[in-house]
Amino acid sequence: MIDLLIAFLLLSGSAFALVAAIGIVRMPDLFIRMHAASKAGTLGAGLILLGVAVLANDASVSVRAVIAIVFIMLTAPIAAHLLGRAAYKTGVPLWQKSELDEWNAREEK
Amino acid sequence: MIPTDAFLETAATISAIVLLIAMLIVILRAILGPSMADRVLALDLLTTLAIAFVAIVAVLYGQVVYLDVGIALALVGFLATVAFARFIARGGTENARKVEGDD
Repeated sequence: MIDLLIAFLLLSGSAFALVAAIGIVRMPDLFIRMHAASKAGTLGAGLILLGVAVLANDASVSVRAVIAIVFIMLTAPIAAHLLGRAAYKTGVPLWQKSELDEWNAREEK
Repeated sequence: MIPTDAFLETAATISAIVLLIAMLIVILRAILGPSMADRVLALDLLTTLAIAFVAIVAVLYGQVVYLDVGIALALVGFLATVAFARFIARGGTENARKVEGDD
């Protein structure tokens, strides 16, 4: 039973990682690509590390895996926010079909 | 902590292979990426995937040390992304050229 749970965590984690990788190649502009990279990618790595933590069955190993999960979950949004802000400021173009640019709308008011 | 049965070992091997394929696809974006931010984003995702891969390697070979490698990778990857983001925000390589011109 626990084996099935571990296999599910590992395989679904790698599936999310693959989806993130496909998303980062197929999506039309940087800001949409960031959705794939920072959400699906973080979830994939988190699920795999969780699977390793369950599989290890040893406190010192599980704690390390959990620390890695916490660290990734804390830093991924910060990194994505900084990168998106920097890219927008330096004029990386939005997708042509984008309908709403909230930052630009706010500054024009 | 080596997987006790063949079932888990197969699952871990499959997910390691899928992760490697994902990393190859991400490298494609790092090569293509029209802007520098695209390349930094690909690098960031590549680090995250490398952490997951290293964790699976730790399971497959029963070497706990690889998990520490993963934590160190997370630290370095975050700092690298933040440093690159600040570099882009300051104008990237254009600004560097401007400074050279002023001398």
